[in-house]
Amino acid sequence: MRKIFPDAASALEGLTFDGMTVMSGGFGLCGIPEHLIAALRDSGTKGLTVISNNAGVDGFGLGQLLETRQIAKMISSYVGENKEFERQYLAGELQLEFNPQGTLAERIRAGGAGIPAFFTATGVGTLVAEGKEVRNFNGRDYVMETGLVADLSIVKAWKADGRGNLQFRKTARNFNPMMATAGKVTVVEVEHIVPTGSMDPDQIHTPGIYVDRIVLTVPEKRIEQRTVRTRETA
Amino acid sequence: MARTREQLAARAARELQDGFYVNLGIGIPTLVANYIPHGMEVTLQSENGMLGMGPFPYEDEVDADLINAGKQTITEIPESSYFSSADSFAMIRGGHINLSILGAMEVAENGDIANWMIPGKLVKGMGGAMDLVAGVKRVVVVMDHANKHGQSKVLKACTLPLTGTGVVSRIITDLCVFDVKPDGAGLELIELAEGVTLEEVASKTEATYTIAPGLD
Repeated sequence: MRKIFPDAASALEGLTFDGMTVMSGGFGLCGIPEHLIAALRDSGTKGLTVISNNAGVDGFGLGQLLETRQIAKMISSYVGENKEFERQYLAGELQLEFNPQGTLAERIRAGGAGIPAFFTATGVGTLVAEGKEVRNFNGRDYVMETGLVADLSIVKAWKADGRGNLQFRKTARNFNPMMATAGKVTVVEVEHIVPTGSMDPDQIHTPGIYVDRIVLTVPEKRIEQRTVRTRETA
Repeated sequence: MARTREQLAARAARELQDGFYVNLGIGIPTLVANYIPHGMEVTLQSENGMLGMGPFPYEDEVDADLINAGKQTITEIPESSYFSSADSFAMIRGGHINLSILGAMEVAENGDIANWMIPGKLVKGMGGAMDLVAGVKRVVVVMDHANKHGQSKVLKACTLPLTGTGVVSRIITDLCVFDVKPDGAGLELIELAEGVTLEEVASKTEATYTIAPGLD
């Protein structure tokens, strides 16, 4: 049980430093490590490079780290939901690197798998390919993209056991499994910690080898676009 | 008469085929899901990590862990599966998705598409659009023929930063349908919306195109 920590702050203790690179899981506000983001804010660490598909919303998720100006650079695919992000970017206070979403996912997967670079057709002939090596394979052009690793990955999963074996839930999986593999240290917040041996080994999404620390939290799980239909009354 | 948004979606739904795996973009393409012919087996992919998207939930079914790529709450259906973003884009990039229906700001007669960035305006990011146009077997664009200033969005060459080059197979607009012929052979007008004339299309299209036999 040495991987289990009592709260988010202690789970990050000794892991943070100024100028570090952090991967943060989630798609929009779905499957984000919300308590670990708040603990990272409270740690006061500055000059962060944050690798995350999105940048949260004002006041929630990574938006909290933007408000406190702790982020120096974002590597993301889409950041449209955040006014404070917009303000800092336009003011030149924040660096931004856009990656196509699939390229971002694969860069993280590659980084965690020890692959320094790969070739993809995504972005060939666009701004994304500028300054990068393009090579032709079987008559088609591909651009070289590099693998990504981080000093710290903060990840959200649904369930963990004491060894750090993880299960994700529905579309909250998204970037979390790859980020778990690509952090020098990986800290995971979960909704349930179950006895080791109670998860079916065939149903483990991320094996515990990738997980260093675990914290049990009760997430708020904010919804960005609540879309519903109404029951037809007979 | 130009097609309405709903009519555009209904026309785009005629691109679907039984057994297809399909990714629908945000906006009018999302509406295509409402026009899948009854009895046709079409599986919708959501690039945030799901195959087999169900309809919006009832109020008591809303689940924050279950959203589509537009961040809207959705539901699962019996054939649904979940996977990571890396697996999701492996199926996109690897050519396993049969069809992508997307919106666009501009499309050129060689199949170039621009739909993510307007210089001088705040850029929100390309999301999964570049991966979709590069990886999906067939890319169909659904859009208004002209922008809000009345200028043609079907062009000889795109003026905005590109999302992909030579990737669009068909363009469905509120006025007509163009096929993008392979190997840079240009556009062919294959269909007019009801009540739209060849003259109207000609006057509102900057790109050059040929007219399919039977339309002229």
